[in-house]
Amino acid sequence: MELIHIVEALIFAAPEPVSSSEIAKAISRNAEEKGEPQAQAWGKISQKKVEKVIDQLGENLAHSGRPIELMEGPSGWKFVTRAEYAEWIRALIPEMRPERLSPPALETLALIAYRQPITKADIEVVRGVSVDGVLHKIMDRGLVKVGGRAELPGRPLLYETTELFQEHFGVKDLDDLPNASELRRVELPSAETSKEGSPKEEDKKEED
Amino acid sequence: MTETDSGTNPATGPADGESTPSDAAAVAGLLFEKEGGHTTDSPAMETPYQVDLEIFEGPLDLLLFLIKKDEVDIYDISIERITEQYLAYIDTFKLLNIGLAGEFLVMAATLCYIKSRMMLPKHVQPPDEDIDEEDPRWDLIKQLIEYKKFKDAAASLGQREEKLGNLYRNFPDKIESDSAEERRLSEDINIFDLIRAFQNILDRFNDGGVGEIIDDHYTVSDKIDFLLAIVQPGKRVSFNSLFDGVSSKGELIVTFLAMLELMKLNHFRVRQDQSLGEIELERNVIE
Repeated sequence: MELIHIVEALIFAAPEPVSSSEIAKAISRNAEEKGEPQAQAWGKISQKKVEKVIDQLGENLAHSGRPIELMEGPSGWKFVTRAEYAEWIRALIPEMRPERLSPPALETLALIAYRQPITKADIEVVRGVSVDGVLHKIMDRGLVKVGGRAELPGRPLLYETTELFQEHFGVKDLDDLPNASELRRVELPSAETSKEGSPKEEDKKEED
Repeated sequence: MTETDSGTNPATGPADGESTPSDAAAVAGLLFEKEGGHTTDSPAMETPYQVDLEIFEGPLDLLLFLIKKDEVDIYDISIERITEQYLAYIDTFKLLNIGLAGEFLVMAATLCYIKSRMMLPKHVQPPDEDIDEEDPRWDLIKQLIEYKKFKDAAASLGQREEKLGNLYRNFPDKIESDSAEERRLSEDINIFDLIRAFQNILDRFNDGGVGEIIDDHYTVSDKIDFLLAIVQPGKRVSFNSLFDGVSSKGELIVTFLAMLELMKLNHFRVRQDQSLGEIELERNVIE
């Protein structure tokens, strides 16, 4: 039995993308339990070794002409069909056509991604419109979750993106977002400042 | 444009140099009331047909839409022109009795305020602690630019989503299909595009010099039946063709509202030819 085939079997069988370190741990664990001489060699398998094997696996697949390739997502490795086969797959299973998010949904999602954790009120101040509907939708899709409450009057909910968001958009970490450095930092109106910002309030403050 | 009647322009009021943000709020109130005035000839208003359409776009989205359609430089927008266009859209929404968030009116007031400031010679403009820049447009432009950056980033994420959506695994993510209410419009086109197309229809109707035949009893459900009858499942028609032979403005309005309802109920989907701007409707085949 070859290591490269074990790695392939693991990536194939895993229901979720699997990282090279997870693979290394699983192989070591099983090899140690088995105690065979060949398996003994793999008992101390390193993540680096697994990564080299994965690279080889990917290359073999890429050169084989087969319609499947090995892809690394934010949570790990997975097999995927090549893009050019998408239409054929959808012809077979129409429900597998991905429902792309609408621009307002994407924009709401983007605000959360760049500014998390963020309250609904702060999202609405920037968008200038209620986000109930789209927020509900992106939460239903598992792209966004509640991550606590803000230390503000009313203790409003704080929203964050999920791991599924990262997988879905191929985002390794938040700095991997387009134009992350600027958009994560630029000053935006918030629900609190827009209440303070009206002239009457400011005058009152100055009087105090 | 149509009934925009820029005499609605309240900027002529505060132009004596005493505008303040609180005047803007008063202006917003004016705008809101004014609309009732010139839409009473619309059947949509007589038996107010309320399209239950949730608008997910906000006033900044509308402004960016206008700037893009006009192909103007965002740093040098003509406040007068954009205010006029913006108010025309608000008017059309009101004509159709489609509810807009209050923020749209607040923005309308803000635009009028900026416009009034721009109309004054600089030395006469009142000092305004909120505005440091000499250019009264600056705060708004800054806001638009920042907002646009997020929109662009969102669009970029959308492209990534699309590319990744072409790659399939044997353990697919939960197959989500949106419920009918959420999948109201297609991906390429937004409500402002549709409103704009409708405005064009209205304009052409008004310019065409067709005398209004006031004997007009069409309701939205009449037109829903009509549209379902003339467009068979799987068939495509141009948006403009839906209004062929229409003989009154009221009929135009109920036809458009019927189309929106059918889109909401997922009988129709729309797409827009990016280069020519022509809009097509396709009747969905429901299996």
